[in-house]
Amino acid sequence: MSILIDDKTPVIVQGFTGQIGTFHAKEMMEYGTNVVGGVTPGKGGATHLGRPVFNTVKEAVDATGAQASIIFVPAPFAADSIMEAADAGIRYCVAITDGIPAQDMIRVKRYMLRYKAEKSMRLTGPNCAGTISPGKAMMGIMPGHIYIKGAVGIVGRSGTLGYEAASQMKALGIGVTTSVGIGGDPINGSSFKDILELFQDDPETKAIMMIGEIGGPQEAEAAHFVKENMKKPVVGYIAGLTAPKGRRMGHAGAIISAFGESAAEKVEILQECGVTVAPSPAELGTTMAQVLKKVS
Amino acid sequence: MDIHEYQAKEILKDFGVAIPAGGLAYSPEQAVYRAKEIGGEKWVVKAQIHSGARGKAGGIKVCSNDHDIWEVADDLLGKRLVTHQTGPRGKVVHRLYIEAATGIEREIYLGFVLDRQSERVMVVASGEGGMEIEEIAVKRPQSILRQSVEPAVGMQDFQCREIAFGLGLPAAIISQAVTTIQGCYRAFRDLDATMAEINPLVVTKDGRLLALDAKMAFDDSALFRHASVSELRDKSQEDPREMAAADRGLSYVGLDGNIGCIINGAGLAMATMDMIKHAGGEPANFLDIGGGASPERTAKAFNLVLSDDKVQAILVNIFAGINRCDWVAEGVVQAVKKTELKIPLVVRLSGTNVEAGRKILKDSGLPIIMAETLADAADKAVASWKQAIGKA
Repeated sequence: MSILIDDKTPVIVQGFTGQIGTFHAKEMMEYGTNVVGGVTPGKGGATHLGRPVFNTVKEAVDATGAQASIIFVPAPFAADSIMEAADAGIRYCVAITDGIPAQDMIRVKRYMLRYKAEKSMRLTGPNCAGTISPGKAMMGIMPGHIYIKGAVGIVGRSGTLGYEAASQMKALGIGVTTSVGIGGDPINGSSFKDILELFQDDPETKAIMMIGEIGGPQEAEAAHFVKENMKKPVVGYIAGLTAPKGRRMGHAGAIISAFGESAAEKVEILQECGVTVAPSPAELGTTMAQVLKKVS
Repeated sequence: MDIHEYQAKEILKDFGVAIPAGGLAYSPEQAVYRAKEIGGEKWVVKAQIHSGARGKAGGIKVCSNDHDIWEVADDLLGKRLVTHQTGPRGKVVHRLYIEAATGIEREIYLGFVLDRQSERVMVVASGEGGMEIEEIAVKRPQSILRQSVEPAVGMQDFQCREIAFGLGLPAAIISQAVTTIQGCYRAFRDLDATMAEINPLVVTKDGRLLALDAKMAFDDSALFRHASVSELRDKSQEDPREMAAADRGLSYVGLDGNIGCIINGAGLAMATMDMIKHAGGEPANFLDIGGGASPERTAKAFNLVLSDDKVQAILVNIFAGINRCDWVAEGVVQAVKKTELKIPLVVRLSGTNVEAGRKILKDSGLPIIMAETLADAADKAVASWKQAIGKA
């Protein structure tokens, strides 16, 4: 099994007919993702990449039975699109868009609480590379060929650092159940802990690679979750050892503004909670290999 | 984006927060004239730089006559003030704010932040004004009052009253406190601020509430809908290299080391810098050239990194996904030729079409040091840097 998506999940693309949406929708379809249509307001009724285009997410869900949506809508309008997906009954949404205002995300998160658990939508991102269940489906912008199917779950903020981890593991023959990008923004749809919970319940996932960075409380929260609830081994890494306090390192969320948010402090918390921290970013794969040896 | 104290005060005033009478000056003559306009017997001359702790750096002076104002203004204008927030290079004073001096009874701290734990706007207040919030948190943690704002309905008056009574303010000014806290919250919400701080908010000797100092920062991602805020940008207060990077769509942070870094993706950039340190070197910068590492962007990145004269070696680490390695390699070759690079360059390519990319680098005949893995790249960058400066 995998988490969040598999080869059957019917997916729509919001921002389908735009340049970026078109490019990645094509890549996703070539990978085997079950893309059933897309949404571009004003272009409903058209066919794009051999799939129907709808004016609203509701119409798309009604016509196709879509359960998941990926968002390529430009930042000023992206929060609105996420809320539209939640209201239309989409159960899983990946927001790729970078640069959504933080207060928009506060409103999105509040809005998503309107729905009962059995109808609510899970959001990952924004500002992420997406989610891939290797060999099954891809909702994202990652190069699919760097992942092989296997038993490790990956969860991380950064796109390219996640690729680095996947390819180090691939070089050692270690495959992935699902890799989830939670994004580099300060306010995001799902936290590390949220994704760890899913991996915990996935019978095929034997171990988890968790790649965090400086800034924010989510890595520490995840560490405590590992200590109290996880029965599977977790390998961790925190990027940003050399980052100075108060400077934003690219990602809007990668800024050390409070106690406990530096890389060194987070590493200490992870280790205290039983996470095996890779000694350097070049040893993500080898650290995972050692941990897997102990499991089997 | 940061703004100046006087700009933050003008915004807050529009939202109903009381501030002392004041005016802006670009010269000593203007400073003296402003004081006359304001009237009274005592004035504060305040250097306008994007930093707190200006008082300790000598940027805030109380004056009681024209002569003193002129002298203080003359001394401050053009001066470089160094505080713990500006970095060692400090920030140059180009503007002064002249304000009527206030008789202070009590100082209060009032701040608004985006709290990442609750994912809401959080109001933080303390009766220990004048100190920085970090200091209050360490020395008097029990004095800190917090209220979290429900996003669907916004800040409520009862929350403001709880803060006001919690601070022990006299009954007569509770309603003014509610107006102040609500005003500050509305400014924060309506203008997409990421931080707003009145420190100190004072109770004057004649029983009024006044914002003596104010600071605001705004969400760069939301500036598209706030032209009036974008206009407040003061480029003289920003690092020229970081600004040049931002104008080119790159994300750059200057650091103190000697190994220049060009990487795609913020997380991989931080990890590569960590790896350089692990290998015994120090990175000169953080530089994320983003997902699409086009030849143009790569060339711009080289120019940017080379504009730092501390840089004695360069490490390029690109994980090519959508943009293929051969394309990235073309960009690197072009950039090296264009900049006539004279310092060691280590390139590590990974991802789509990696073999073709490496071949292009090899066939270029340029002295590019190629690396296979992240560890290999960092080791070679540090070794070539040591060799270049004769330390090996």
